[in-house]
Amino acid sequence: MIGSSPRTKMPEQPPEIRARNFKEVPFGLSEELALSEASRCLNCKNPLCVQGCPVGVKIPEFIKLIKEEQFAAAARKIKETNALPAVCGRVCPQEVQCEAKCILGIKHEPVAIGYLERFCADYEREMELTEIPEPAPPTGKRVAVIGSGPSGLTVAGDLVKLGHEVVIFEALHKPGGVLTYGIPEFRLPKKIVQAEVDNLIKQGADLQVDSVMGKMRSVDELMNEDGFDAVYIGVGAGLPRFMNIPGENLNNIYSANEYLTRVNLMKAYLFPIYATPVEKGKKVAVIGGGNVAMDSVRTALRLGAEKAMIVYRRAKEQLPGRKEEVHHAEQEGVEFHLLHNPIRYIGDENGCVKAMECIKMELGEPDSSGRRRPIPIEGSEFMLECDMVIVSIGTGANPVIFSTLPDVNRNKWGYIEVNEETMETSKPFVYAGGDIVTGSATVIQAMGAGRIAANAIHKKLSEQPKKKKDK
Amino acid sequence: MVREYRIIEKSEIVPNVHKFVIRDHSIARKAQAGQFVLVMANEKGERIPLTLSDWDLKEGTITLYVLELGVSTMELIDLCEGDSLFSLAGPLGHEAEVKKFGRVLLGGGCFGVGGIYPIAKAMKEEGNHVTAIIEARSNYLIYNQEEIGSVVDELYITTSDGSMGLKGHVQDQLAELIKNGKRYDRAYFMGCTFMLMKCSEATRPQKIPTGVALNAIMLDGTGMCGCCRVSVGGETKFACVDGPELDGHAVDWDELFIRKHIYREEEAVSYQSHACRSMTGYERDRKTPEGGGA
Ligand SMILES: Cc1cc2nc3c(=O)[nH]c(=O)nc-3n(C[C@H](O)[C@H](O)[C@H](O)COP(=O)(O)OP(=O)(O)OC[C@H]3O[C@@H](n4cnc5c(N)ncnc54)[C@H](O)[C@@H]3O)c2cc1C
Ligand SMILES: Cc1cc2nc3c(=O)[nH]c(=O)nc-3n(C[C@H](O)[C@H](O)[C@H](O)COP(=O)(O)OP(=O)(O)OC[C@H]3O[C@@H](n4cnc5c(N)ncnc54)[C@H](O)[C@@H]3O)c2cc1C
Ligand code: SF4
Ligand code: SF4
Ligand code: FES
Repeated sequence: MIGSSPRTKMPEQPPEIRARNFKEVPFGLSEELALSEASRCLNCKNPLCVQGCPVGVKIPEFIKLIKEEQFAAAARKIKETNALPAVCGRVCPQEVQCEAKCILGIKHEPVAIGYLERFCADYEREMELTEIPEPAPPTGKRVAVIGSGPSGLTVAGDLVKLGHEVVIFEALHKPGGVLTYGIPEFRLPKKIVQAEVDNLIKQGADLQVDSVMGKMRSVDELMNEDGFDAVYIGVGAGLPRFMNIPGENLNNIYSANEYLTRVNLMKAYLFPIYATPVEKGKKVAVIGGGNVAMDSVRTALRLGAEKAMIVYRRAKEQLPGRKEEVHHAEQEGVEFHLLHNPIRYIGDENGCVKAMECIKMELGEPDSSGRRRPIPIEGSEFMLECDMVIVSIGTGANPVIFSTLPDVNRNKWGYIEVNEETMETSKPFVYAGGDIVTGSATVIQAMGAGRIAANAIHKKLSEQPKKKKDK
Repeated sequence: MVREYRIIEKSEIVPNVHKFVIRDHSIARKAQAGQFVLVMANEKGERIPLTLSDWDLKEGTITLYVLELGVSTMELIDLCEGDSLFSLAGPLGHEAEVKKFGRVLLGGGCFGVGGIYPIAKAMKEEGNHVTAIIEARSNYLIYNQEEIGSVVDELYITTSDGSMGLKGHVQDQLAELIKNGKRYDRAYFMGCTFMLMKCSEATRPQKIPTGVALNAIMLDGTGMCGCCRVSVGGETKFACVDGPELDGHAVDWDELFIRKHIYREEEAVSYQSHACRSMTGYERDRKTPEGGGA
């Protein structure tokens, strides 16, 4: 049987070398490897894999095109439902999405759908075969997109194609959201994100960076004064959480957002050529177990940490990070302190952290999320030496945009409530999607929400008579 | 709608203090007293916060005063009239609390001499009696006094060497005014951290509600990173979004001092390597200490 041949291994930098550089870890598949991996796909009549993908990428169809060596056509096939395959091929948690459902996974190993997706997207870009779609005739409608993360980029891309005028407002000086400031270069090279944004601009979207909405402009001003017919809010979940334990404001205790922003967005790993500094810890403890924690701990290694540790309050099986990232971190020598939780930090005479007191945990009854709840074991406190801590326990809804947006309903965590069929908020013509609606989720979910919103915005605006504009 | 952030006017108004007038309609039309902007001089630069010290709606310009301290301020000062900043975002932070308090006292040092002007103006427009105290090391370093003088009821100047006004600092002048029986319902200070702390101490015995424009280290300026966190009354606040104005009597000053110095070594490295960065090897070789060559 075809599928029983072993799953292709992605060639990658050896752990001891890559743990000290910022180059991408996996090299990508060669054409031969891609063809051989594609040949494992059974081209199922009823492809379960597609059900596992939040945006329903036409997986058997694109893999069939790979088999026919039509790599750029395969990339275009993916783009029918997923605007950023080069990104998703790299960062989707395939093991719980498309690949989790692949029929081959029952008896053998699933098709490496992510690798293949990445392969065709890279091929299309590197061979300069990217086609800029011809937009539909102008509709005369204007849409403002707030935030240039995967969600906002998707909305903008779809609406430009449909002939609407789109302006993207981004708070930072560079577009891309978490793809730019959060996910490190060694996992998602920034030139890929930039290429996607460049394509969007070539299609006619207007990108305005340095634009903190809610401050520079309010949503009401956009709609009432600047002549926008609809607004999409895709501002992500950019508010770092802290544990509020003693000593948390000591120096060298970072939020993951700060640490990663310094290194990725501001390129502190190239300091002093780039002017933004970042501390370089020797014994670095990262609190948390998700993708963000893995990115932080592996970044610390690359900045010269001798000891890079994950401190996580649950057990290994519950690490929420992508499997590949956890595996890569282990290979690179990251230490996992599982079932541990910090309770306070101790500083040295200069106000820098020098140790943390931890408590051991055990797993109790399952909580509302279905995961077994970690319970501290009394009397198990101990000291863990560290000279840097990166707090990576999640994020919340950033309040900046809401200061001038009181009339959009939010849930008890501060995230925006939407009609899930249209992503429209309680304020007519204002839509939202991505992490600001769901809380921290995934790139592909943020994009999926963007696509739903774009379709709904298009439908609603097409039904509207043309509005008189003063600008 | 292209924002260029062009420098319309730039001058060194007193040694080491540079006034920038920058065109940006978007920020000018939304600016409020006490807010700031985040600036990058060039693509490789840092994002640094600077206070909105004035703005002109009609011209669509904003005024910033930059004190040269380290590399990022130096790189800004290297720019000329007609150049554009690489990045300019704002207005950020809450506006200062401005309402009818009664008798208001404002104190400014360093960049705060520039930065308290809009607050003085707004406080006056609300019908307050406004007293301002500004400080510098010496008389030739005092700037902005006419502007401030034109909007306040009383203006006092202090210098460390006594060459102008009272010899001492803002808090010394404040102590003297209080000793002479002056009463204040509200105080607001802007300047270096040490001055903010000293002035807050000076208003504590009188229980004058005191706002300070906290100058924590910032990165994004939008509440996304937590770099600017300060403890105020035992609670962690983000200076960029909860401030910059925070309660001077509740700030944990020791913690703030420590946090402000986290990058001291890197700042030195950056400073040393900067001169080399902006010159080619050829230029460096030709620039002899005597200024010969070129
Ligand atoms: C370090 C890290 C690693 C991750 N790894 C993975 C992974 O491997 N796989 C995966 O699927 N997901 C991963 N995620 C999650 C994923 O990146 C997010 O779910 C996704 O980026 C959300 O997209 P978004 O468009 O909703 O928001 P974001 O990507 O957060 O983008 C929001 C944008 O809006 C801007 N903005 C915010 N406020 C304003 C304002 N007031 N005005 C204007 N602009 C504003 C922000 O600056 C930002 O650029 C990771 C997240 C992080 C932080
Ligand atoms: C809300 C706010 C408003 C400010 N307004 C003005 C102003 O109007 N004019 C003015 O000249 N200065 C202002 N500052 C201070 C100014 O941001 C710093 O002087 C500048 O960042 C120093 O950068 P540097 O590279 O030149 O010096 P460095 O050598 O890097 O640092 C010198 C000192 O500046 C402080 N600093 C360094 N980096 C930052 C940073 N990213 N954010 C904040 N502080 C930092 C540190 O305490 C450091 O010890 C303000 C600061 C804040 C927080
Ligand atoms: S978008 Fe993500 S989940 Fe969907 S097929 Fe591609 S890799 Fe799989
Ligand atoms: S389920 Fe697996 S084998 Fe079937 S089409 Fe999808 S990827 Fe191919
Ligand atoms: S500067 Fe990042 S949160 Fe304030």
